Amino acid sequence: MDKSKVRNFARNNIVTIMFIVLCAVCMVFSGYTPSYVIYELFGRLSRNMFIVLSLIIPIVAGMGINFAITAGAMAAQIACLLVLEWKIPGIGGFALAALMTVPLATLFGWLIGKLFNKMKGQEMIGGLVIGYFANGLYQLLFLFVFDNIIPINNPDLTIKGSTGIANTMDLSKEYGFASALDGLWRLPFHRAVLVFAAVIAVILVVGYMRSHQKNAKKLGIQIAALAVVAVIAQLPPVKELFSMVNIPMITFGLVALLCLFNIVIMRTKLGQQFRAVGQNGTVANASGINVDHVRVIATIFSMVLAGWGQLIFVQNMGAFQTYGAHGQVGLYAGAAILVGGASVVRATNAQALLGCVLFHLLFILAPAAGKNLFGDAAIGEYFRVFLCYGVIAVALVMHAWSAKAGTKKRAAK
Amino acid sequence: MAAEYILEMKDITKKYGENTVLSNVSLKIRPGEIHALLGENGAGKSTLMNVLFGMPVIHETGGYSGEVFIDGEKTVIASPHDAMLKGIGMVHQEFMLLPGFTITENIKLNREITKPNIMSRIFGSKMESLDMGKMASDARTALDSVGMDISEYTMVQGLPVGYMQFVEIAREIDKKGVKILVFDEPTAVLTESEAAQLLKVMKGIAAKGIAIIFITHRLDEVISAADNITILRDGQFITSCPTSETNAVKLAEMMIGRSGGSGEFSLVTAKPREFSDDTPIALKVSHLVVDMPGEMVKDVSFEVHQGEIFGIGGLAGQGKIGVPNGIMGVYDAEGDVEFMGQKVKLNDARGVLESGMAMVSEDRRGVGLLLGESIEDNIVFNAMQVNGDYTKKFLCATQKDTKAIRKHAEDMIKELDIRCFSPLQHTGTLSGGNQQKVCIARALTMNPKLLFVSEPTRGIDIGAKKLVLETLVKLNRELGMTVVMVSSELMELRSICDNIAIVSEGTVVDVLPVDASDADFGLAMSGIKPERGGEAHGQA
Repeated sequence: MDKSKVRNFARNNIVTIMFIVLCAVCMVFSGYTPSYVIYELFGRLSRNMFIVLSLIIPIVAGMGINFAITAGAMAAQIACLLVLEWKIPGIGGFALAALMTVPLATLFGWLIGKLFNKMKGQEMIGGLVIGYFANGLYQLLFLFVFDNIIPINNPDLTIKGSTGIANTMDLSKEYGFASALDGLWRLPFHRAVLVFAAVIAVILVVGYMRSHQKNAKKLGIQIAALAVVAVIAQLPPVKELFSMVNIPMITFGLVALLCLFNIVIMRTKLGQQFRAVGQNGTVANASGINVDHVRVIATIFSMVLAGWGQLIFVQNMGAFQTYGAHGQVGLYAGAAILVGGASVVRATNAQALLGCVLFHLLFILAPAAGKNLFGDAAIGEYFRVFLCYGVIAVALVMHAWSAKAGTKKRAAK
Repeated sequence: MAAEYILEMKDITKKYGENTVLSNVSLKIRPGEIHALLGENGAGKSTLMNVLFGMPVIHETGGYSGEVFIDGEKTVIASPHDAMLKGIGMVHQEFMLLPGFTITENIKLNREITKPNIMSRIFGSKMESLDMGKMASDARTALDSVGMDISEYTMVQGLPVGYMQFVEIAREIDKKGVKILVFDEPTAVLTESEAAQLLKVMKGIAAKGIAIIFITHRLDEVISAADNITILRDGQFITSCPTSETNAVKLAEMMIGRSGGSGEFSLVTAKPREFSDDTPIALKVSHLVVDMPGEMVKDVSFEVHQGEIFGIGGLAGQGKIGVPNGIMGVYDAEGDVEFMGQKVKLNDARGVLESGMAMVSEDRRGVGLLLGESIEDNIVFNAMQVNGDYTKKFLCATQKDTKAIRKHAEDMIKELDIRCFSPLQHTGTLSGGNQQKVCIARALTMNPKLLFVSEPTRGIDIGAKKLVLETLVKLNRELGMTVVMVSSELMELRSICDNIAIVSEGTVVDVLPVDASDADFGLAMSGIKPERGGEAHGQA
């Protein structure tokens, strides 16, 4: 590979490379054992991947990172409150909350999508501000409307000695749905790998049977790779490394399903419209596509998915801050997907997943590394917050820069 | 096939407010015919096509009068989508293609062939998956019919522009039931061999019974490809005739023609002068290349004598506006420019201004004026910034010399007759003509030796036009200022200039004297270097 190729690769993936280096440095200084880090990482991944994946559709549809998914998270939390009020425990409660999230998030997505259509090109900053504004309405709803106008009878949910919803929502009571999804089916890591490898193999074979061009060589390589991964996971040292990890199968299964959904939808008529609108609204419009309508649909998709993601998050945590849990959802998910190498115009499942891993790795390692290096965990904490915003800024600058370089290049032709 | 004509547009009249842009224009096209639509910019070609496509801009401005028959049936075309359903297709001038899609996906955009799946059974037909195989085979057929052997799975990104044009055509052909295809300047971006190929393809399409409306300004292509020709001028229907009965010179003459000898032509007249070879050269431009979007200059060379009024004309989008913008450093430029014998450093707006050239931009509201600032500040802005005029030193800080500025602004307002309440009025609140005068005042404040004026009369009323042109003549005759005037209005150039360069497709076709014939100007505008005199006059 010649030099310019390497340089190009480095330039295009500068954010990801920076993060890998940072994670490696922090890993060295944190003093954590790898098996602890892996344990922590899988816990965080299970609760966060879904939200990050919900950002892909709006990016493909040319609306950038949908920072307004904060509103989707709010929809989930409203559903959550009602389910707790009705005291429906376990997976039933979770399913009901997920169901109620759909109309709420659809409504928010529709409104915000309409708003986005009025500010084409400014969706990201608009989404961010809408998130802050929606927070005001959310507070009004939870501090005043609930418990004052809509009576809340569950005393655990309200502020003692006053009105309004309490500061913390506890899902781990007997009527809550803490870990409802995670707890359904857990397997140790090495067994989980076997199950996932088996499922993926089946999907590959089915895909092979149905495809027009039967590429047996490709299938063979894919299945062999799966087998190798499955075998490696069974080796004692690897087993030892992952000994603390207990995979919540259903949660990761849902993440896998969402990845699959993101791929399949792009092969439908609707997906084709997302991509067309994302590339050039004028051309899409000229071919008779209702651009505004498609953009609203993309926003709704991402809102509903983000809402479900937030439900997965809260059931994993077992409790959430009523007035704070949704606050940083958009920003952190956006940062994570950018870390994975996505840009505001292009994003894939793989980038979302990689970004999730790197972002959370740094979250785990930075405080400990900060404590060991500077004697204060707060400095590590400072670095990770600082990095989160830094990543977004760098990614946006890189995007503007490469877009400009692109026009220059074209002009030179 | 009942009707003789597949498309008949009868007595189409369209007004935007009081302004009539089309009056009683008719167009008749038989199936399988290639019909050329000719006219200068603003002749009404686009408006006529907008009517044909039912563009929203037509309906939003009060519709049109006249009748449209398709296949003998009277119809009203309500929207572009409606036009598509009725079998009218368009091959766009700017490519309506998505770079990140394959050729197949582009050809089938929003007309995808789909098959149901689990999701679509629940959520409706929008979720049906794409049948790439069938789509590709359709695309193949369409590509074959335009003679392209490129793979239908190729990404559009990175294709040569010529290929994109053919993909665009393939898409229109692939639409079932297309009866009429409009080609809007299809050869503008093509190389010569590609253009020849395109004309061949057009003939092939026409042979299948599809009628083609061919909009272009290249007369030679019209002669070689079209069966019939319709010419519009200033919104008027001029003529419609078979190609066999005419030739390029006649067409050029009819396209340009003087608008009845009345009105604008006689606004201002300045007698053209001849310049002998020993008159010193003020501006020498050689091989200028300017990267101005929509007005690319590819290779322009010309000379302007001292004391001359030099015109640069040509159709819109051909590059004439790029010339002054390139020299003045507004857009990236390359090449050699000599001013008064001194080499000019390009891409350095300040340096050019300092060397004694000034420009009145065609984009008054964009780069010309600071709309939120007062008239007087606008007038002295460049002079203050570049020459340091109208400033005074006070306590180490350079300050505006308000008194001097006010006096100068008042002089200018009086001299150019700028209609305003006071020199403090914001330029954004002025009318177009008065804004233009402020621009001229500003350029004059620089005391330039050479003044570029770009489209000085665009969008201003007749009275203001007259004054602007008179001012230019006065500056030239009384102060000896060299003027280079760029304008789309040939009449205007011919009324005050000494010599006129016609720019087409980014190069100077010819420098003509003002009294050259209409046919010569018409030919030059369509990119053909006229053989001066004789022939044209003989046939006219």
